[in-house]
Amino acid sequence: MTDEEIHARRAKNNKMLGLVLVGFVVIVFGITIVKMTKGHNMEAFDHVRRPALEVTQ
Amino acid sequence: MTDTSASATHTASDFGDVVSLLKPRVMSLVVFTAAVGLIVAPVSVHPFLGFCAILFIGLGAGASGALNMWWDADIDAIMKRTQSRPVPAGKVTAHNAMLVGLWMSVLSVAMLGLAANWFAAAFLAFTIFFYAVIYSMWLKRSTPQNIVIGGAAGAFPPMVGWAAATGGVSIEAWGMFMLIFMWTPPHFWALALFMNDDYTKAGVPMLTVTHGRRTTRKHIMVYTVLLTPFCIGLGFTSIGGPVYFLASLILSVMFLRGAYGLYTRAEETAEADKYIAERRVFKFSLFYLFILFAALLVEEVMRNLSIGLENWPVVI
Repeated sequence: MTDEEIHARRAKNNKMLGLVLVGFVVIVFGITIVKMTKGHNMEAFDHVRRPALEVTQ
Repeated sequence: MTDTSASATHTASDFGDVVSLLKPRVMSLVVFTAAVGLIVAPVSVHPFLGFCAILFIGLGAGASGALNMWWDADIDAIMKRTQSRPVPAGKVTAHNAMLVGLWMSVLSVAMLGLAANWFAAAFLAFTIFFYAVIYSMWLKRSTPQNIVIGGAAGAFPPMVGWAAATGGVSIEAWGMFMLIFMWTPPHFWALALFMNDDYTKAGVPMLTVTHGRRTTRKHIMVYTVLLTPFCIGLGFTSIGGPVYFLASLILSVMFLRGAYGLYTRAEETAEADKYIAERRVFKFSLFYLFILFAALLVEEVMRNLSIGLENWPVVI
């Protein structure tokens, strides 16, 4: 494998890894925004009514 | 002295090799069943959080796949079916496979906890542990019951999906678990019938290796019969309905017919036609599981549109 080929391969791998990292940042940001705007507790149903988890207005 | 550029070509792994460590095909089935578990659960989840939960459950499955490839590198190198996996093919070192597996386990569990809830995260951690330690390290090489008990690892994902939505588990989640759990033995034994030589060479005590093909055919029949009530019964829980019931009825009859065909088949006939019926049953079993979970999705859509049968009996 020539130096050019190795560099091309590395460049491609780095680009893919970069995309994964950007994707991860977007996901963490998205989760934060959704949790902050909704602010709801996802735990609710387990066949019994749990008044403690219900939102009271 | 080593030439640095030459050593670089030996040690550097391509991004694609790392992705194939995660067993993408197994991951796709996990993602699908986990997604169904999350969607049919009676609590609606924000679409983005639901997407993240499924993504991290899938990533957790990938992590356990990487740990499995690290641990099983020696037998993967012997078996024809697994020889081209990245570790035996020399594309990723076993040590790196372990690191990828461990770090991705930590990441997927932590992120599922943040996106959904910590019960689901703990459940995912247990699933990874069950697959990597209980199945890969312990059962796989020690007992012909390996895939019967180990099948639980593949049956947990819809429960984790359900737990991500509800924060707990219930009878419906256990119903989905039992469906995959009982389906796994006939599915893998059908594969073992035509892959027996691989397992014998690698010394993996599959039922076909330890008890022969005749006994395996009998076991496939028995487990398919035992699977049927779980398959049909799920239709009478709150996530079932007429569409699922009809699908489960037709698919059960087809699976039973296939299993009976394998049971009555003479070994010479199977060998002569290169296990064509065994291959067909193996492929059908994948289709069977896919359609049943798809039917659960259809039921959920019908419920949301209020076009189901209102007086459908929910017995369990």
